[in-house]
Amino acid sequence: MSSGDTGFVLVSAALVLLMTPGLAFFYGGMVRRKNILGVLMQCCILLCAVGVQWVLFGYSLSFAPAEGFWGGLAWAGLAGVGLEPYADYAATIPHQAFMVFQAMFAVITPALVVGAFAERMKFSAFLLLMLLWATFIYDPIAHWVWGLGGWLRDLGALDFAGGTVVHINAGTAALVCALLIGRRRGYDNKPNPPHNVPFIVLGAALLWFGWFGFNAGSALAANGPAVNAFVVTNTAAAMAGLVWAILEWLVNGKPTMFGTVTGAVAGLVAITPAAGFVSVLPAIAIGAVVSLLCFLAVTVVKPRLGYDDSLDAFGVHGIGGIWGALATGLWASKAANPAGADGLFFGNPGQLVNQLIAVGATVAYSGAGTFVLYKAVDFVVGVRVSEKEEHVGLDLTQHHEGAYTVLE
Amino acid sequence: MKLVIAIIQPHRLEAVKAELYKREVNLLTVSEVLGHGRQKGIAEVYRGVKETGNLLKKIRLEIAVNDNFVEPTVEAICKGARTGETGDGKIFILPLERCVRIRTGEEGREAIG
Repeated sequence: MSSGDTGFVLVSAALVLLMTPGLAFFYGGMVRRKNILGVLMQCCILLCAVGVQWVLFGYSLSFAPAEGFWGGLAWAGLAGVGLEPYADYAATIPHQAFMVFQAMFAVITPALVVGAFAERMKFSAFLLLMLLWATFIYDPIAHWVWGLGGWLRDLGALDFAGGTVVHINAGTAALVCALLIGRRRGYDNKPNPPHNVPFIVLGAALLWFGWFGFNAGSALAANGPAVNAFVVTNTAAAMAGLVWAILEWLVNGKPTMFGTVTGAVAGLVAITPAAGFVSVLPAIAIGAVVSLLCFLAVTVVKPRLGYDDSLDAFGVHGIGGIWGALATGLWASKAANPAGADGLFFGNPGQLVNQLIAVGATVAYSGAGTFVLYKAVDFVVGVRVSEKEEHVGLDLTQHHEGAYTVLE
Repeated sequence: MKLVIAIIQPHRLEAVKAELYKREVNLLTVSEVLGHGRQKGIAEVYRGVKETGNLLKKIRLEIAVNDNFVEPTVEAICKGARTGETGDGKIFILPLERCVRIRTGEEGREAIG
């Protein structure tokens, strides 16, 4: 047991926790002001709901050692998950430190999906859908990729900090939800002006800050790979933000604040699976390309196809996550991390095939599973708010609360 | 000259603007206001304490027009703002004594257009 590693992982868990309220402000700034509390609440209630789900059975379903679909209930209620290390996951920190670090990932992943159906989902349906989603979609995929006995882990697919489990998974679910729930009333393939751009910047800043815990913390030790992850994370985010600003400058004449932070977040998404396996120059390439891909997805593909992924959960997390997973298969190298693998550019094309299998399995399962859960919840409670409620806004209709006063 | 004041539902603003532009009424002032007519406000609850009778958000339009534009303006607002529910709003038409364009000092009919 190492006190340094334990301290580092606990601080990293706290950093990742902060990403969920950070995401709430990132998304909250983008919506109309009648809906900001609706968005903040949808993100923040997951800190509470999944925070409890995780210790009761989510951690067990994800990480209890088992071959097959998921981990089962052997560790339900944290039975056997104590303060001694569990060497197969992390040999130098208490098992519960690993568990609580993973809890924060389970919380933020469903919160990412919120961006797809913002401004039009009933709160009751949201809570039910996301608890089912956390249990039947997130937990199995986490088991496949990270759990002992998980088939993608055994296959050798690389996912350092959650590119498939978190971002591709959430991004795919986001696209399915956006298609099923339909467009916001009055949406005309043009984004509504965000009601508070400074909130978007505040949220993005908290995300960037928290992402050091997400990626460097995924080394599960205060060691070389953690430092590598920290450095490439910062570099990819920086490059992606810069490239997005330049793209806007070229295409629209001026670079924007909203665009720059969107680029930085896309860079953070893309470097996530690669953070522990690539060195710093590939991180620059990963960051540059992700902004180009996401910029096209958000500004060209989405309006042309006409779906209303309101806050671009798929456009940024889905697309950025898929690029990151594939880029890991291109640029991973044993020089950067001896415990990793070489990618295509280091003479091992098989790694790219493994990455493609992981991406395909995640997209297929998350897409189909989200479809089924959405339809089930829609049948039981009805997912979408009424037309009148949508006009008045989620803050007043779902929470009887207003964010801003007009008169004191 | 008349001053047309209309109180409408916020979500109908875009539709009203589109109808006004169709009839070449291109000049308007918009403000956000609070109020209610026959509708009741939505109850709000803060930390478990309920407040009732709160006011609803509305949009107030002010449009100064020459007499021959009064009917098209009223028609446009009704068409754009009507949903058939209580709370659709009202239109008030007031006589307008004087109108001055600040930039040029023009008055009356010229100044409005």
